[in-house]
Amino acid sequence: MSKVLMKGNEAVGAAAIKAGCKYFFGYPITPSSEIPEYMSKALPEAGGVFLQAESEVAAINMVYGAGGAGARVMTASSSPGISLKQEGITYIAGAEVPCVIVNMMRGGPGLGSIQPGQADYFQSTRGGGNGDYRTLCYAPSSIQEIVDLVILGFDKADYYRNPVLIVADGMIGQMMEAVEFKDPAPIDLPEKDWATTGTGGKRQPNVVNSLFLQAEELQAHNDRLEKKYKLIEENEVLYEAYGLEEAEVVLVAYGTTSRIVKTAMKQAEAKGIKVGIIRPITLWPFPHDVFKTIGNNAKGILTVEMSAGQMIDDVKIAVEGRLPVYFNGTQGGMVPTPASVLADIEKIAGGTK
Amino acid sequence: MEQKVIMAGFGGQGIMAIGKLLAYAGMLENRNVTWMPSYGPEMRGGTANCAVVVSDDEVGSPLISRDGTAAIVMNLPSMTKFEKELVTGGKLIINKSLIDAKPTRTDIDAYYVNANELAMELGNAKVANMVMLGAYLELAKTIETESVLQAFVKVFGEEKSHLVPLNKEALIKGAEAVKA
Repeated sequence: MSKVLMKGNEAVGAAAIKAGCKYFFGYPITPSSEIPEYMSKALPEAGGVFLQAESEVAAINMVYGAGGAGARVMTASSSPGISLKQEGITYIAGAEVPCVIVNMMRGGPGLGSIQPGQADYFQSTRGGGNGDYRTLCYAPSSIQEIVDLVILGFDKADYYRNPVLIVADGMIGQMMEAVEFKDPAPIDLPEKDWATTGTGGKRQPNVVNSLFLQAEELQAHNDRLEKKYKLIEENEVLYEAYGLEEAEVVLVAYGTTSRIVKTAMKQAEAKGIKVGIIRPITLWPFPHDVFKTIGNNAKGILTVEMSAGQMIDDVKIAVEGRLPVYFNGTQGGMVPTPASVLADIEKIAGGTK
Repeated sequence: MEQKVIMAGFGGQGIMAIGKLLAYAGMLENRNVTWMPSYGPEMRGGTANCAVVVSDDEVGSPLISRDGTAAIVMNLPSMTKFEKELVTGGKLIINKSLIDAKPTRTDIDAYYVNANELAMELGNAKVANMVMLGAYLELAKTIETESVLQAFVKVFGEEKSHLVPLNKEALIKGAEAVKA
């Protein structure tokens, strides 16, 4: 298929349908409303069901139900809406139900703003709901990448029986870029023999549940979940990195900010400063190991986020105190400028900071 | 090659549309493109703007912040707001029909186009945006007019293809208006 120009939000919907998503439950919110808008038209045409729920809480529980019945299902929202879904997400993680959840982040806390934000990093990677659980979390930086990761996300959700988060922001949701819908590489997925599809009087009923009243049982369940999360950590880390060996300054950024950082990087290189970049594509699991490949020329690391500093905690864990970690951040829906990032690069390279 | 173009005007002047056409045309010419609209509270004030980047390289920031190579401004508030976003030597294409003022900056190149009058000469006031886009295409010399017309059918659908000749004339009118 040839390239088409698409808005990020619409591309999310098209990718989900391409991945075989048959159900979408959601409630509109800026800057992700074009996802339900697109799905309301395109999903019924593809033989699926679109339903605008009465609230985000209802929507995520519909996702729980559809996923529990073995269907490919998605919901999408933006920051405050995703907060409302957290109860459902922890239930879904506890019950090991596959689904894809898209968060086009906006400024927070609370209702915040409707402009781009990245302040839901803690919520996305540390679990916004209760209990020991993890969600595989992809952070695309282009429309092509969001398409590829939504399609991959459905496979990974089924493979691990785990909710998958796609976190982008208002800028990626609203922006148009060229995309190509490639046929995904087929992967071997286990039969969903756990799903509540009706016994037909031939087997014992399947139960999809996150309640374990016996402490010993819950401990055993948690141990099994931990093993699964370990496996995800070992196998699913994705990142883009280059220039680390020679770099005087290493930039760390994901999603929208990684694009701004790359513009600043080119400007710094034109001034003779050697700069490397680490762009996490999975926020959880975080690409800790790549930080070990940073060379001896490095004077410091600069983390750039549209938040008050959240991913920087993971960067510090990964760096293990070997290098100073600096921060450049904007909030409220403001987007960092390449000029401000360049100024920080120059300070760190010059050693004046 | 990297062109970073701001397009701005009143809602209804077809700002978003010419942005999409430029981006789509760039894509048809195998360049990397982004189209970024204003959204939210900005939109609700009745002004519309979008930023289009057309590049031979990967596009970094899709936003334009003091690094625009050109701006198409269709009304006075847009000129006031966006002239500062241009680089030195950037091209400011001004809709003279609605803007009875000069930019404050002197380190940029200003071009004046009577877009509304030229559109009316073609019998359709709605193509003033295409006149402005034609002027830009002539000045920037990066995207072919033919690519924009191909994009027109892709963006607006086959059922609008009868409007291609009119829009082509509008692009030509705009180009003629800024030819040295």
